[in-house]
This record gives sequence, structure tokens and C-alpha cells, in this order.
Amino acid sequence: MSYHRITLTVNGTKEQVDVPSNMTLLRMIREKLALTGTKNGCAAGECGACTVLMNGEPVNSCMVLAAECDGANIVTVEGLAKDHQLDPIQETMMSSGGVQCGFCTPGILVTARALLDRNPNPSENEIREALVGNLCRCTGYIRIIDAVKKASHAEAR
Amino acid sequence: MPTKQSDNPIAPVGDSVVRLDARAKVTGSAIFADDFQFGPNLLHARVVRSPHPMALIKKVDTSEAESMPGVKGIVTGKDFDGMLGLYLTDRYILCRDRVRYVGDAVAVVAAETVEIAEEAVKKVKVEYEVLPPVLDPEEGIKPSATVVHPDLGNYAYPNFIFPEAGTNIANRFKVRKGDVDDGFKKCAAIVERKYRVPHIQHVPIEPHVSVAKWDEDGHITLWTSSQSPFAQRNLIAKALHVSQGSVEVIAPYVGGGFGAKAGVSMESLAVVVASKTKGRPVKLVLTREEEFHAAFCRQGLVAFYKMGCDKDGNLIAVDNQYYWDAGAYTEYGVNITRASGYSSTGPYRVPNVRVDSLCVYTNHPVGGPMRGFGMPEIHVGLEQCMDDLAHEIKMDPYEFRKKNCVKEGDIIVTGMKMHPTGLSKCIDEVAKAIDWGKKEPATAPNKRRGKGMAIMWKAPAMPPNAGSSAEVKFNEDGTVDVAIGGQELGQGTFTVMAQMVASALGIPYEWVRISTPIDTKFSPYEWQTVASRLTWSMGNAVRLAALDARKQIIDLVSKAWNEDPNNLDIRNGVVVSYKTEETLPLKDTVIYGIPKENYNGWMGGPVVGRGSFMPTYVTGLDKDTGQGERAVVHYTTGCQAVDLEVDIETGKLDIIKAVSAFDVGKAINPDMVRGQMEGGFVMGMSTGYFEAMRLKGGVMQNPSFVDYRIATSSDIPQKIESIIVEVAQDDGPWGARGIGEHSMVPTVPAIGNAIFDAIGIRVGDPPFSAEKVYLAMMDAGIVK
Repeated sequence: MSYHRITLTVNGTKEQVDVPSNMTLLRMIREKLALTGTKNGCAAGECGACTVLMNGEPVNSCMVLAAECDGANIVTVEGLAKDHQLDPIQETMMSSGGVQCGFCTPGILVTARALLDRNPNPSENEIREALVGNLCRCTGYIRIIDAVKKASHAEAR
Repeated sequence: MPTKQSDNPIAPVGDSVVRLDARAKVTGSAIFADDFQFGPNLLHARVVRSPHPMALIKKVDTSEAESMPGVKGIVTGKDFDGMLGLYLTDRYILCRDRVRYVGDAVAVVAAETVEIAEEAVKKVKVEYEVLPPVLDPEEGIKPSATVVHPDLGNYAYPNFIFPEAGTNIANRFKVRKGDVDDGFKKCAAIVERKYRVPHIQHVPIEPHVSVAKWDEDGHITLWTSSQSPFAQRNLIAKALHVSQGSVEVIAPYVGGGFGAKAGVSMESLAVVVASKTKGRPVKLVLTREEEFHAAFCRQGLVAFYKMGCDKDGNLIAVDNQYYWDAGAYTEYGVNITRASGYSSTGPYRVPNVRVDSLCVYTNHPVGGPMRGFGMPEIHVGLEQCMDDLAHEIKMDPYEFRKKNCVKEGDIIVTGMKMHPTGLSKCIDEVAKAIDWGKKEPATAPNKRRGKGMAIMWKAPAMPPNAGSSAEVKFNEDGTVDVAIGGQELGQGTFTVMAQMVASALGIPYEWVRISTPIDTKFSPYEWQTVASRLTWSMGNAVRLAALDARKQIIDLVSKAWNEDPNNLDIRNGVVVSYKTEETLPLKDTVIYGIPKENYNGWMGGPVVGRGSFMPTYVTGLDKDTGQGERAVVHYTTGCQAVDLEVDIETGKLDIIKAVSAFDVGKAINPDMVRGQMEGGFVMGMSTGYFEAMRLKGGVMQNPSFVDYRIATSSDIPQKIESIIVEVAQDDGPWGARGIGEHSMVPTVPAIGNAIFDAIGIRVGDPPFSAEKVYLAMMDAGIVK
């Protein structure tokens, strides 16, 4: 197994990591950087629990090789809050009741953040479409969609 | 009880406070079982699984795998002779003489990396002698069928399970009430139907994960994603022939359970392989593919219904047979069979009942408990038959249900007298919200629109004496740590327990923390987090623990102040005297006690409240008739309706509005109750639209999210309304009873009834996929 030394920014901090060729971004985040907020639900790019922002775009981190991330800017759920101030989408997920077991929550928050960054005022359908790759078995999605709407309103103010 | 407690203005029971675990979960700091850090000492396990549905094991050769660099331990069936089984002890930890389903565990490998473990699994050589499998419960009960468990007669089981040795029948529950044959003679209409309900999967987003470690002194630690830390401790200890005290189960937040993480499934595999690597923890994480076919699934059901009513719509007789496809083993299956027997009529008053509910061993994946515990499955047919029966006598299905649904004081199917229930009110609330009786126009020329309704009941299915306990401990500043053994799966139990403690003690909700992770060494006993029983059962224990602490405080202060305890109260964390208006903050007394006059000694000390609860009144039921005084602790009841459209060009269903109403006794946290109703509806809808494990020759054909689809954000109804009905439970804390599972029970038949209303046909067995709906429309000549 060959190793690669990569340099990348994770949640605003520069990191230098040695990763084997076959290591996914997900495993690097969880195992090398011990950021366990990002979850492994299927390891096949189908459930969205491992979603992180890579250069501003949501990606399934189980489908990206860490070695490809040299120079990348990665944001995980741990990077959403700034100076202990929660991101509006974190606040509204709490107040709307969009959290139950919490396992899909990190991926959903990251996907929603990316949606609001590119479309600050999404319609109901745009929200549903943006979240279609993030499976949730607990909530029935209603309150998650509400949370995204509320966050968009809060940010518009 | 003094009513003053409910005056606590900060977080009284009944407020929709924000979840206690919300902040940890939105910041990514909440710890799940896979998140524990073990350092470089950690080993990784993979499982050697049977490729055959039924075979004898002739030889297992691990020598080549064992010699691989990085392999640290391999365990096979010969290493452990103990048996597992929650009710019927019907399986070895690892197969010894035979395998019984595709995925049955034959050996476990522990290695330095997952990759090495996977390679080693391929090097374990197993010789099999393949036997003809049993792949259908109706086939399984025939005398010609292969017997899946030749040793059934030797297994241990409790007195309410009735296995039939020499056959594939692991349990049979019989109801014989009234005179069914005579009843049918009096009927003006009789409906007979057969429904097959497919196996489905729970699909928690978090896969099963267990880490186990054996210490040299024999202490075993198991870190696991678990609904049943205490039951796992008990079952694993018994199977290993060690003391329960030697097994410590540590269980953090669970990333979705729905039953999949109850009882023992894969946890014991991590434990046994760790016996070979003493001192080094071993982690086993199921892949998503294993999640689909090697973890507990929901049993399949083949059900025959016959029911009849008189010309006025009075239900007269029910004659049903339920054949459960239990799979290879029956951790919970025997009790699902029992529960679907004692609740076999659905929530209806029926004078004449004949039911046989059979748990049949097959060579399919292992059936376990899943949200609803048999009720969603039997209600699929029950509630569509009720509509058919109503139509036969030209009665509105809503009127039919109102007339026949179970009401307080009715004698139900087991002979038990029904307790107060809000079922009739649920039906009315749902009918009002869905505008029942009003035909809505379709939204497009290619759409047909209809409404359908279904009702349900479900009791907590558990041993008669399943217990709960709790401890309330103060910190120096008056805040409280609550130790419980019930688990947070997402259903919100930690929040609800904190609300109860705050209300009972008279302190702010924000002062209450739940002691996590659950650790069987430190947490008080809880049977299991199943059966929607925690709000009621653990809630009773928690309330008693808080009241015990409160009484200790009030007694102490009344002595110190020389006052009648009835004049004292705790409000917002301060002891107050209603007589003298004197006050004492809890922080000044709950740890350090109170000084006597002039500091001439002290009184009191650290306050610890204790509570425990166990139902004592559930009676046995007669083996031949299913009759007895009290079959269950209580029933939660409810109703759902949908307003949907069928696209006649594609067969696709689109729910425009869904309404639920459930009688929860008392909503401790109304917003979270509504959250359960919404999530349950969408899960039920998902099973109604998409879900089936496609089993062919015992092999699951669709073990991935691509081929086994669950509902996404784009599939859900445009509008979901959830209504809380509260008819108090006499022995529930603040009158509460459970809601977690019930919300998906009536969904599939409600959809089926709405499809019938829209296009006038029954599509058949669920799921009502677009393809199936379209083909049914073709068969009926609706489309060409």
C-alpha cells in the first residue's frame, strides 16, 4: 500500500495527513482527524450520512479518496458553528424538531448549508430536491424541511 | 399526590421543550457506538457466513486463515456450546452442526485491519451438505417439509410459548371465543381474503456496531449500539455460562433502532471472538449489505381473513389464520405470534372469534421485532377487509368503524375488559381533518383521487413482569443526574424523563441531565427499550424516584423548620413554606444537609431518590382458548386517513394529505409526540410504496439502498397533520401511554383503502408500487 502526504484545510485549520491510497475521505476524517461527527451509514454513496463540504460543494465523503483531497477545503458538521455560535440551520433544526436519533443529522445540516449558500431563499420543492440524497428513517423529513425554511428566513433578516 | 407539583412554572410536563440531546446532535458531538476511541490496540472482526439457506456443516478448517499475518483470533461453533434466545433458546452463538439461513454465522475472524479480516474470511474453508430448505410458512407446516430445528423439543422456553416438537411450529397462539360457525350463519355479509405481507428491513441509518473486550480476570465489556443493554447482558452471560455481573454493556446514543437493535443479534459475535484476543478490544461493524440480510428483519406474514357482519353492520364473527415466516430463529418471533394472536381482531368488539397464529421456522433471514411488533402486518388485511365488509352492506367505512370499534368496558378478544380509550374520538378527529365524505376533484386529467381510513391498536408486548428502575442524584448546585437503563433511540425518552423529573421535583428542566451512556454496571435495571413502554414504565420509575427525593427533602426541611410537611413545596429549585414564606434553595441542602440550631450538629445528607416499577396484574391466557382476565397492560389506539391520487398513466401514488390521531393518554412533550406520528406515518408509507426484501431461494436479491428503496424527502405527502387525543391511562405517569410504534400501524391499509376509493380495485399485497398498481389497473381494464 502506498501512502500519500496531503495538505488540506478542515474546518478552517490546515492539516497535514499521511493517507494510504485506498483510504476514503470519510475514514480520514473519522480515523486520522478523530472528527466523528461525520457518520458512516452505507459506505456506498447512497445514504448521505457522511456528507461534507468539499470546496463548498456537498460530497459523500465515503466516495472520495483522501489522496484526492490535497489542497481541498473541507467543512464537516463540527465546522458549522463559528466561535461557539451555532449556524442558523443548527438552531432551526433544534427548534423545529428536525432531530430524532441524530445519525443522519450531520449530513443533512451540511447539505442544507450548501443549499442555502447557493440559494438563500429556496422553495419547498427545491429543499425537498436538495435533501433527496440524505436518508432519514426517523422524522419523515417534514420538520427538517421546516428547519431549512426557517433558517433561510432567519438569514434573510 | 399533591397537585402543587404540576405548578412548576419552568418545565411542566406537557410542554414542548427542546430535546435534551438536540445540541449534541446538531454539533456532531453526540457519541454513537462507532465513535468511541480505542487507539491502536483495536482489532477488527469480520464474519464467515453461510452461503446456503439450509445445510449440515461437515468440516470447518481455519488453519490457513489463522496463519495469515495480522490475524489475531478465529472462533467457530465448536468453541461455545451455550445457546441464545430471548423467549425460546433456539440458537448457538455460532453454528455448530448446521446452518439455517444465508448469512448464518459460522466463524468470526479478528485481525489488525478490516482488510486483513476480510481476506482471512475467504480463507476459512467450510464443507457443507446442502439440505432442501423451507422457504414459505404454508409449506413449512406441511408434514413433508424439512424440519428446520430437529432439536426443538429440547429448547428452553417460558410458560406462555407453545412450540410443537418434530414440526416447524415454534409457537401457536389460539383464540376460541363464542361460536364462530353459528356466528357466520347470522351474517348478512362475509368477506374472505388472503394477504401476503413481505419481509422488510428496519433500515436504521446507523449500522449495527459492537466492540467487545475480555479482560484477564474474566470481565467482559461490550460497547454497542443497543436497545437492550440489560437483556443482552443477561442472554450473553447465560450463553457463556458466566455471571451477569461479569458482562458490562455500555450503550451510547443509538442511531435508529426500530427493533433491529433489540435482543442479541450480532453483539455476541464480537464477544466470542474477543475471547481469543484477551485485553484487546475487537470491533464488528455490519456492512449495509449485512444490515439487509444478516440482521433481524421483519417477519413475513401469510394471513387468511374471514369476517362477517349483520345487515346493520354489527361485526358478528372473525375467523383468521396468521402464518408467520419466522426465519431461521425466533428471538422475538414467538412473541410476535402471540401478540398478533391476542390482538388478532384489531380494535373491534367481536363476539365470536377463532384465530390461529403460528410461528413457522423457515430458512429465511431471522425475523426480529420491528416497529409495531406484528400489528402493521395483521392490520394490512384486517383494515382493508373492514372496508370491504362495510361496502358489502353499503355502509360508510367511517360509520362502520365508529359502530364496531372497541370502547371502554367492552370485552375484547381475550376476554379482557377494555380500559378507557379515545379511539372513537381519534376516528372523529381524523374524519374531520380529512373532510371525510367530501369527494375532492383530481388535480389533473390523468389522476384519480380517493380517501381511505384505517384504525389500529397495539399493546406493549413483553413478559408480564418486565421492570424499570431509576435513580435521581443531586449535584452540589441543586442540578440533578438521572440514572436510567432505557435508551435514547431518537424517540426522545431522555427529554421526556427529564421533563418528568423536573415536574415531580419542582426544578427547572434545564437542571436535569440523563446519565449516559447507559452502562449496565452503573445504570439501574431496565428490561429493554422496546414495545413503546418507556414513557409509561420507565416514566413511572423515574417519577417515583423524583418523588422519593422530593419527600426526603421536604421531610428534612419540615423537621428543621418545625413545620407541617404539607405546608412545604419545592418550586423552581427552592423549598418554600406556604405558611411562613420562608425559602431554602436546594443547593443549600441536597448535599450538605442542614445545620441544627447554633451549628449544634447537622441533619440530612446527600439526597438520592430511588424508584422502580413493574406491572403486577397481567395474567396468563388459556392455551386452548387464549382467554384470560388481563392479557396486556393497556392498548394505545389511533386512526389515520389519507387523501391521495393515483396516476393512471404510471400507477404512481401521491398523497396530498395525511392525517393521524392517536390516544397517548397524556402528551408529556406534544411536539415530540407529533414528531413520532409524522415519522411513523412516513415509515408506514415507505413500506406501503416501496419496501420488500426480495427473497429467492433464501437469498435476498436487493440488499442495498439502490435496490431496496426507502422514502426520501421527495416522496412525502404535501401535508401531514397529527392530532393528539388524551384519555388518561390509569397507571401511566401523568396518564401517559406509548406512541412510538403505533404511528406506522394503520398506514398501509389506509393507503389501500384510498386506492380502492380512487380506482375501485384492490391492488393486492403490499407494497403498492407504481408497477403493481399499474398492472392491477390493466387487469381491471382501467387502463389498456
